[in-house]
Amino acid sequence: MLLVPCPWCGPRPEVEFRYGGEAHIVRPADPEAVTDEEWGEFLYARTNPKGAHAERWYHLHGCGRFFNALRDTVSDRFTASYEIGAPRPDGAEKS
Amino acid sequence: MSGSFRTAEGGRVERARAIEFRFDRRSFRGLAGDTLASALLANGVHLVGRSFKYHRPRGIVAAGTEEPNALVTLIRDRTRRTPNLRASGIELYEGLVAESQNRWPSLRFDFGALAGLAAPVLPAGFYYKTFMWPGFAWRRLYEPAIRAMAGLGRAPSEPDPDRYLNRFAHCDVLVVGGGPAGIAAALAAEESGARVILCDEQAEFGGSLLADTESRIDGRPAWEWLAGSVASLARSPRVRVLPRTTAFGYFLDNMVALAERVTDHLANPDPVLPRERLWQVRAKEVVLASGAIERPLVFPANDRPGVMLADAARTYLVRYGVKTGTRAVVATVHDAGYAAALALHQAGVAVAAIADGRREVRGELAEAARRAGIAVRGASGVAGTRGRQRIEAAEIRGLGAATAETVGCDLLLMCGGFTPSVHLFSQARGRLRFDVLLDAFVPETAPERVRAAGACRGAFGVAPVVEDGFTAGEEAARGALGHLRAARRPVVEAQEFGTGEAPGADLGEGRGRGKAFVDFQNDVTAADLSLATREGFRSIEHVKRYTTTGMATDQGKTANPNALGLVAGMLGKPVPEVGLTTFRMPYTPVSFGTLAGPARGELFDPVRTTPMHGWAAAQGASFEDVGQWKRARYFAQGGEDMAGAVARECRAVRNACGIFDGSTLGKIEVLGPDAAEFLDRMYVNSLRRLKPGRCRYGVLLREDGFVFDDGVIGRLAGDRFHVTTTTGNAAGVLAMMEDYRQTEWRDLKVWLTSVGEQWAVIAVQGPKAREAIAPLVEGIDLAAGRFPHMSAAEAKVSGVPARIFRVSFTGELGFEINVPADYGRAIWERVWEAGRRHGMTAYGTEAMHVLRAEKGYIVIGQEADGTAGPDDLGLGWVIGRPKGDFVGKRSLGRAEMVRADRRQLVGLLTEDPARGLEEGAGVVAGAGRGPQAEILGHVSSAYFSPTLGRSIALAMVKGGRARMGERLFVAVGDQNVAVNVTLPVFHDPEGKRLHG
Ligand SMILES: [Zn+2]
Repeated sequence: MLLVPCPWCGPRPEVEFRYGGEAHIVRPADPEAVTDEEWGEFLYARTNPKGAHAERWYHLHGCGRFFNALRDTVSDRFTASYEIGAPRPDGAEKS
Repeated sequence: MSGSFRTAEGGRVERARAIEFRFDRRSFRGLAGDTLASALLANGVHLVGRSFKYHRPRGIVAAGTEEPNALVTLIRDRTRRTPNLRASGIELYEGLVAESQNRWPSLRFDFGALAGLAAPVLPAGFYYKTFMWPGFAWRRLYEPAIRAMAGLGRAPSEPDPDRYLNRFAHCDVLVVGGGPAGIAAALAAEESGARVILCDEQAEFGGSLLADTESRIDGRPAWEWLAGSVASLARSPRVRVLPRTTAFGYFLDNMVALAERVTDHLANPDPVLPRERLWQVRAKEVVLASGAIERPLVFPANDRPGVMLADAARTYLVRYGVKTGTRAVVATVHDAGYAAALALHQAGVAVAAIADGRREVRGELAEAARRAGIAVRGASGVAGTRGRQRIEAAEIRGLGAATAETVGCDLLLMCGGFTPSVHLFSQARGRLRFDVLLDAFVPETAPERVRAAGACRGAFGVAPVVEDGFTAGEEAARGALGHLRAARRPVVEAQEFGTGEAPGADLGEGRGRGKAFVDFQNDVTAADLSLATREGFRSIEHVKRYTTTGMATDQGKTANPNALGLVAGMLGKPVPEVGLTTFRMPYTPVSFGTLAGPARGELFDPVRTTPMHGWAAAQGASFEDVGQWKRARYFAQGGEDMAGAVARECRAVRNACGIFDGSTLGKIEVLGPDAAEFLDRMYVNSLRRLKPGRCRYGVLLREDGFVFDDGVIGRLAGDRFHVTTTTGNAAGVLAMMEDYRQTEWRDLKVWLTSVGEQWAVIAVQGPKAREAIAPLVEGIDLAAGRFPHMSAAEAKVSGVPARIFRVSFTGELGFEINVPADYGRAIWERVWEAGRRHGMTAYGTEAMHVLRAEKGYIVIGQEADGTAGPDDLGLGWVIGRPKGDFVGKRSLGRAEMVRADRRQLVGLLTEDPARGLEEGAGVVAGAGRGPQAEILGHVSSAYFSPTLGRSIALAMVKGGRARMGERLFVAVGDQNVAVNVTLPVFHDPEGKRLHG
């Protein structure tokens, strides 16, 4: 069972968390201004990388906070966790 | 005397404590410290079971949990029958009763052995090839017959009466395996200051040292050093020692699951103790010291009782004081075979010959054997065996020789080298490397913080193993603590038994008479593997599944290395190219009780009950499960059936008033200066403009535009909202709101609190609802003009602070009284008392569903099934027109969402009013049936309406709103029933009653 590094609570077992999908997918500020295609991208397109993946976690049965983390999808190792709104610590634009 | 094969002295058994036990209804005596296997062998019993497929007589092969043959059923009482236990892992206790398996009527005369005569027609893949057609025959004919003949022990039929517990533990260093490497690792880690857990599957710590009377460690005999080391570890406050505890699974981030057998070894267990305990250990570092498993040799008729692993026979002799025969032949490709031969020779067992498969016989041990007068045959193997229920002779043949020499014996020891137990390392996703000298896979690197030590890493001999274990313990402690306090390294003086080399000798497998077994437990032979490769199987994973080798309860602990070597040879490829099958947990079988722990019966899943549950139960309510909730479904009275009760409850609500427990609804308190703005962005409704004291039917979409949830949003003050959700989505809605609050609109000042458990909800619905509750309500005037439909207020009911909403999910005048949960039942009973004179009737969820369906109110999960947008459900009117963005709004404009032929909510009335429809049934255009009929939609709700006196249904139908009055058909059973499409409101379409 994974240990998920909550920035506020430290490493906690995965059963305390709810997975939140890929991070850094920003909801368009004015949805009416984007095309159907762009909106569809926002809704459904995800990078699904092999390697470093920036993703959201929700510490539901803990502090109740959302945060972002970098996890290697091959080794399942977390390399960082960081607050919502902060940039990716590895500097990558998108995974 | 505890058996005629017991030595006069020696071993670790307690000579003074005899133990009576029964095997297959015969009484025997063993000694304290025996396993069932050692006690049977001490009594000369080798035949202990029949094989899985051919019902061949089988004996004890091993001394550890790798035992493939000796599976028995242990019987304590009628409810405590445990099948498929390995005799070598059962500690003897007074009065133990065990039975052999897979034989009828008895072990010696087994009817199923006739299958052995049919053996030539039972090759690999036989089931796949033979029992394919007709389809029904497998289930009805073949499978029952095969199961009756083949198979393992019977599962117990009674519920398990024992208790099982579950513990979580954390440590710096977990050491798996308490042999010389594990003990040394634990000592090193403990002395370095680490918190240590040390576990071993056996009753006694020591592993191979328990069968070692030669070595000296720290100047003391091995057993003395062992006792001192284990005692000092047990005394340390930093160490937890867990005997009888198997590490059976390795999970992500160093979580290792251990199964501790607490009472199975006791004759009269204290009922306070659990039978087994599951440990979920999270370790900073793990040291795997899981040892190695001796490998059998594959030769014709290698499965007769009396054919054993050589080091197992040595273990039975040295540890248990048991001679496994009187005249032995040893077949080996490893020096350990000589060590066993010499030990038996010294104990007075005649060793007739050693057949060494290696081309060159050299080394000290071989010399010692020759000096002892034992005939050593180099470059030789076993070409066959004789005997029926016990071996009588072995045929020894030189490599390439035409004839064999027949040597009489009652014991044939085999040693094909040792296979490191890499199971857990592999489960830790560790990479393995094939070591040609050892002819085995050894651990390399792993992503987890784990290291292997000792024999499971390919180290052989006490001194290297202790050294390796100690180093691993030190390194693990340093890894966990970041520093190292010096620990004292044990000094070993041991006479090492040569090398660990086992150059996979060619013993002429498969040549000669009789089956050469590779997998004893699943009855797979070398010929089966050969057939599989001839039929084109190349991957070891495919060969495994086709032949079933390695797929028995022992997961091929003794079989897999030989199977791999043979298949590699047949394919002419090096072993690493053929691959390795996956090591899956559990390492050894784990009882379901251990995995379930206390989560059984009432504790299987949490049960949530409302504050009024007891009242409903006392009124004879039938409950239904809604998630974890128990909800009152209907209140049958005086012999009513469900339909009768529901009809009475519905009529009461329509004609007088009903009382309903709505406490399971989710409730979220939304607070803050931006609460209105926040909810306005979440829900489709205009909520900024909602006035305090008013509430609204709210609809929540997902970002993709589909309806996710609905409920009532009441505004109690400018900055305070009381939001209800459906019962099932209570957690989901809060999580979704938190997501937007924390990640998208972080500038909004708003706080969300789940108050679902804080408020009990008493719904009173019906034309008499106001009269019924008015006498109890203080602080507000309930009159229609003063407290109209969709009003919300804080007030007092019977002196208790309450939130009252004038809302309706029935189409009648209705109120929902929220009171603090602790007052729920008391206020409910007051309302009940006050309402009785107005004809108040308690109604359950079934009547609630009928009443809402009569009004065409949707239910999340039925009409709104995750594929329906608000317009599809006829909820377009809910969307606030003069408002900006909200969750899902952008998706409503996508082409797919505005198609005219989307499935839309309609009502269906059967032409025959008595004819009911079924939820989920397809709606089609014609009376014809068959795959070509286009499905236009499906029935989402179907009930008999007591109000209308006829069947009603709601359905989602393609372009449904344009089909009013159309005649369609719905499949019911094997016919299509004619229906007319109507508006989805069957009762009071103008909604007058709501405003009563
Ligand atoms: Zn947290």
